[in-house]
Parts: sequence; C-alpha cells; structure tokens
Amino acid sequence: MSEFPDFLRLEIGIYVDNFVKWLMHNHGEFFDAISKGILWFLLNIEKFLLWLPWWLALVLIFIIGWRSKNLRNGLTFAFLIFIVGTFGLWDYMMMTLAIVLTSVFISLLLGIPMGIFMAYSSRLNTIMRPILDGMQTMPSFVYLIPALMLFDMGKVPAIFATTIYAIPPVLRLTDLGIRRVPKEMVEAAHSFGSSSWQTLTKVQLPQALPTIMTGINQTTMMALAMVVIASMIGAKGLGLEVLKAIQHIDIARGFEAGISIVFLAIIIDRVSQGIANRFKYPE
Amino acid sequence: MSIKVKVENLTKIFGRNPKPILAKIKKGTSKETILAETGHAVGVNNVSFEVNKGEIFVIMGLSGSGKSTLIRCLNLLNKPTEGKIFIDGENIIDYDNKQLKEFRQKKVAMVFQHFGLFTHRTVLNNVVYGLEIRGIHEEERYEIAKKTLASVGLEGWEDKYPNQLSGGMQQRVGLARALANDPDILLMDEPFSALDPLIKREMQQELLDIQSRLKKTIIFITHDINEAFKLGERVAIMKDGVIEQIDTPEEILATPKNEYIKNFVRDIDRSKILQAKNIMFKPSALVSIKDGLKIAIKEMEQSGISSIFVVDTDRKLLGLITIDDALKALKENHKLKDILIQDYFTTEPETYIQELIPMATESKYPIAVMDEENRLLGIIVRVSVLSNLV
Ligand SMILES: Nc1ncnc2c1ncn2[C@@H]1O[C@H](COP(=O)(O)OP(=O)(O)OP(=O)(O)O)[C@@H](O)[C@H]1O
Ligand SMILES: [Mg+2]
Repeated sequence: MSEFPDFLRLEIGIYVDNFVKWLMHNHGEFFDAISKGILWFLLNIEKFLLWLPWWLALVLIFIIGWRSKNLRNGLTFAFLIFIVGTFGLWDYMMMTLAIVLTSVFISLLLGIPMGIFMAYSSRLNTIMRPILDGMQTMPSFVYLIPALMLFDMGKVPAIFATTIYAIPPVLRLTDLGIRRVPKEMVEAAHSFGSSSWQTLTKVQLPQALPTIMTGINQTTMMALAMVVIASMIGAKGLGLEVLKAIQHIDIARGFEAGISIVFLAIIIDRVSQGIANRFKYPE
Repeated sequence: MSIKVKVENLTKIFGRNPKPILAKIKKGTSKETILAETGHAVGVNNVSFEVNKGEIFVIMGLSGSGKSTLIRCLNLLNKPTEGKIFIDGENIIDYDNKQLKEFRQKKVAMVFQHFGLFTHRTVLNNVVYGLEIRGIHEEERYEIAKKTLASVGLEGWEDKYPNQLSGGMQQRVGLARALANDPDILLMDEPFSALDPLIKREMQQELLDIQSRLKKTIIFITHDINEAFKLGERVAIMKDGVIEQIDTPEEILATPKNEYIKNFVRDIDRSKILQAKNIMFKPSALVSIKDGLKIAIKEMEQSGISSIFVVDTDRKLLGLITIDDALKALKENHKLKDILIQDYFTTEPETYIQELIPMATESKYPIAVMDEENRLLGIIVRVSVLSNLV
C-alpha cells in the first residue's frame, strides 16, 4: 500500500508526442525553414571563425580588449585565448563561440522588439512577466526537451534551446530601460510634436541603451552557460569535450576543457561590459 | 488687443470612464466624494478664461489645485473630458493626429518644472530637438540653436551634457529649447520652483527681459504668489480645479473676491506689487497760485491740514506752503509765492511703494505724485504707505 498505485498512471507523454508529430506533419515546412535559416547563419559564422588564422585572432581579441577597456585587458585576453590553443581546443572554442554568437544574435533580434512592446503595453507585460519568471526558474536542461522534439539532434536545437534560455534578460531589461525613462522627458518629446517612432528612437531607446546593454551582457553570459549544456543534444564544442571527459572519467581532458570555458566566459563578460560602459552618459 | 487663447468650460477628469462623472460634478458633488465613490480624480472643473496675445498670464494655486492639469490640456498632453480650447480661433480639441503634431511643432512649446532635458544629448542637441523634429535643415537648425543658446546666456556650454550644469543653467537650456522653435505660445509649468531663491529671481528677470524683446503669449504656472504678482499681467487663482478669480495683481489685492483669496494675499509682499498710483488720493484741498493767501489759509482750516500744495492754472505743481508760514506771511504782507517751499518728495505714478517707504518716514509733508509734465496727480500721506503694507 505504500507504493503509488499503477492504475493512476496518466500517459500524458503520448499526447504530447502525438501533438508534436501532428505539428511536424502539418507545419513541417515552417520548422524546416527556420532550421535552414539558423543553420545557414551559424555555418557562415563558424566557417569564418575557423578560417581565421590563430595569430590574427589573437591580434583581433587584443584590439577588442584594448579598445573596450585598456591595454592590460587586451593583453590578458590574447594570452587566455593563446592558452586555450595550447590545450588543443582552439577549434572547439570557435565552434562554441559560433553557437553563442548566433544565439545572442537571435535573442537580440527577438528580445529587443518584444521588450519594447512590453514597455508599451501593460497587458502584454502582465502576460509575459510570469512566463519570463518561469523561464528563469526552470533548470536549464529542461529546454532541451522541446528543442529535441521540434528539431531533433544537432546544432539547430542547441541554438533553439540556448536562445530560449538566454532571451529573458535582454527582454526584461529592454522593457525596464524604456519604462524607467523619466515621464517628463517623454512628455517633453511629445510636447515638441514628435511621432511615436521619433520618441522611441530619439529619446526612449537612447535613454534605455545603458540598461539594454546590461541585458545584452547577461544574455550573452547565459547563452554561454547554456551552450555547454546544449552539447548534450549534439552541439559540438567545448561543452561536448567536458561531457565526453565526464563519461570517460578523463580528469585531465575535463580540466582543460573546463578551464577553457571559464576563460571564454571571462573574455565575453569583460568585452560586453566594456562595450556597455561606453554607452553610459555623464551623470 | 487680440485674444490668443480662449478656454471654454474646460473639465478634465482622470479615471477609467470619466464621461458619466461629468453629470455628478454638474450636480455639485464634491471632488472628495467623487474620488471616494468612483475612484475618479477631478483635475479641472469647468474652467473658462482668455489670454491676450503678448500677455503673461499666470495661473496660481496650491498643490493639487489642478494647475498642471490645466496647462497640459493646452497642448493636449492631457485630453480634456469636456470643453473647448480655441487657439487663434481654432478648437484644438478637434485636431486630428497630423494637425496636433503640427500645432505642437510650430505654435506652442513647454518648459517643465524639472526641466525635462534629454540627458543623453548635449546642450546644443537638446536645443536643436524641436527643429530636428520639424525637419529643418541641419545647418540651419544648429545655427538657430546656437543663437538661441546665446540669447539665454549659455554661449560656450553647447557641448556639455545637461547633468554637468547647475539647476539654473539647466532651466535656461529648457527655455532655449522651447524658444528655438519660435512658438507663439510658451507654456511654463512651475519652471522656477526647483531653483533656489537667488537664481529664481535672476530667471524671473531674464524671462521679463526676453518677453519685452519677443512678446510671446506666455502662460505661466506657479504656487508662489509673489512670483505670480511679479510676472503676471493678469493672474488666475485656482482652488480644487476651479478658477476663483482672474484679475490684475492690483485688483486682486484691492478687491479679493473671497475669504480664500484674502488669506492667500495676506502674506504677499505688497511693497513690491502696489504702486504710487494704487495708494495715492486726490488732494481734498488744493490752491491755485492766483488764489492768494487768504483762500489758502481758509482751505487748510476747513480741511484740518497743516500744509497744502500750490499749483498753477494747468495744475502744474509749484510748491507747498505750511499753515504757520501762511499766517506769518499774512501779517507781514508777503505774497503766496514768497513762502513756497520745495523740500517735499515727488514721485511718478509707477513707483513701487517699496521705494516710497523711506520717503514717507523721512518727510514731514505728503509725497506728491506727478506725471511727466509736472502736473499733480495725487498725494500720498505717510499713513497710507504704511497701512498698505499690512
Ligand atoms: N495622471 C493623473 N491620474 C490621476 N489623477 C491625476 C493625474 N494627474 C493629476 N491628477 C489629480 O488631479 C488633481 C490636480 O493635479 P495637478 O497635478 O494638476 O495639481 P497641481 O496644481 O499642478 O499641483 P502641484 O503644485 O503639486 O504640481 C490632483 O488631485 C491629482 O491627484
Ligand atoms: Mg503641477
């Protein structure tokens, strides 16, 4: 009597499976098109990153670090990347970076306009808020399941899962940034006869930009975190190396891949923060 | 004088469904009851007034009296619930989107209490904003903006950001931004309230200077009655969304319409509002130079006064005689013109009583108010200067 009764087994999984099958059957082209588009974008970025000669990459990362903050940062970043190279993980790093960049790009493409709509419509806001809360409390690998269902294994579902996981910060902070623009400033814009578009582009977005940049920074970091997990559904890269190392209890390999992810995280964080700081206005 | 702005029976109610509330107000239900029963806030209640072209019209009232609500209706930042607003004869409430945009771009500009400056734009780019929205050519708009900035004394600050400026300077930017568009009407919602007293006085003077050059139609909001009376050619006093009185400052001081306004003007500094012409009176007795001594003495005795002004046939002031001198002169057979004395004060009708106070306390004789041709308009006795101060 202490065990859960068998006859109460609710086989809801089957219905979900059927629904997905129905979706695939009737709207397959739609998912195909998305899949192709994402893949095309990703492969081009990946091709470029893998083509990039290693020394040129070092120089580029040095310049980016230097311009976004200072000389020391530039040198540090170049050194960190160099270390990853010496681990023999260069190509894996670039694959990971390609997925991160693609996911961030899609997140911004969807997240910023949606954030703007949320700021304008309190109804949309009340609908979206609990959804976003839910998305952020859910354990990250739960996203792998719908990604798998819709896109099978591979890079596209990895990007899909990463994007869904990473989109909330930029969405939230775009919304917040626009809402926080002082009322008087928006009214001033209206009082000069600005159209809604002019008010948005000349006042609200520039005012919200520092906040949005913070959101972009957070989104990027979350994308990186998710990419590692997304390796479970077939995204090649540093994450997969860690996963393999765990499966083979290969501590050495696991350490090298793990530390490479940390380095990549540091660089991405600092660079995007450095860029974000450039958008602050004198207070 | 032509009428620039004409507001008719304007009512603004805040809330979900304001129209049905109108009937309640018309029945005389109070603001508080309406808020408690329906959750609707009455901002402005059945207000009518007119503003002349080139006038500074001040709306004053305590916090929550509906001043901001009213002024924001004038450029439709607030949509009126009922009523009409005619500007140059057109009812702006009937404007469609395009007309409204054009109206805001060309005819009216607003200056905000907390400046409302765009902190992401430089000072120059703030001033340029209105012109940019209108699509004025880039070269021209920067030229206009620079000139306007210079006219409010901000030359050399073009490339600073608003937050790098003091409050007074920020409001100059706000003013320049509004003026750059060359609007007919300037709406100013407590523009100087956030400034400290010294800067505030400076800005008030600056506004008066600018106004004497540009002759805009200015609607100015304040809760400071001294500011209202200093700037306003006419002043409207609001209470609970209703205008209680509209008059010139002098008229309000002289004949406050009710207890509320009387209380309001109690702590005003009258010495800076009232002028000689407001407190002078026609001399009860006056002698002409050709009347002679005997008549002069008789006039003084009849009116019970100890001195009297002497004028010529054109009512030009010649001097003053005292009763003592007159009696002595009569005994010694001197003429009226021999005993005229000149050591009294004279003043123009537009002098503020502030400046009359020292004269009044120093002089034994009344102060003579004269026009440019030296004609005697009236006299002011010491008592009336002092009694008008309280
Ligand atoms: N957006 C709004 N929504 C609801 N009620 C409002 C709104 N704006 C103003 N009110 C109400 O309308 C009334 C008049 O407010 P208003 O801001 O016009 O006063 P004010 O005279 O400008 O006061 P202050 O000197 O504090 O600026 C107040 O009771 C206020 O609560
Ligand atoms: Mg106000």
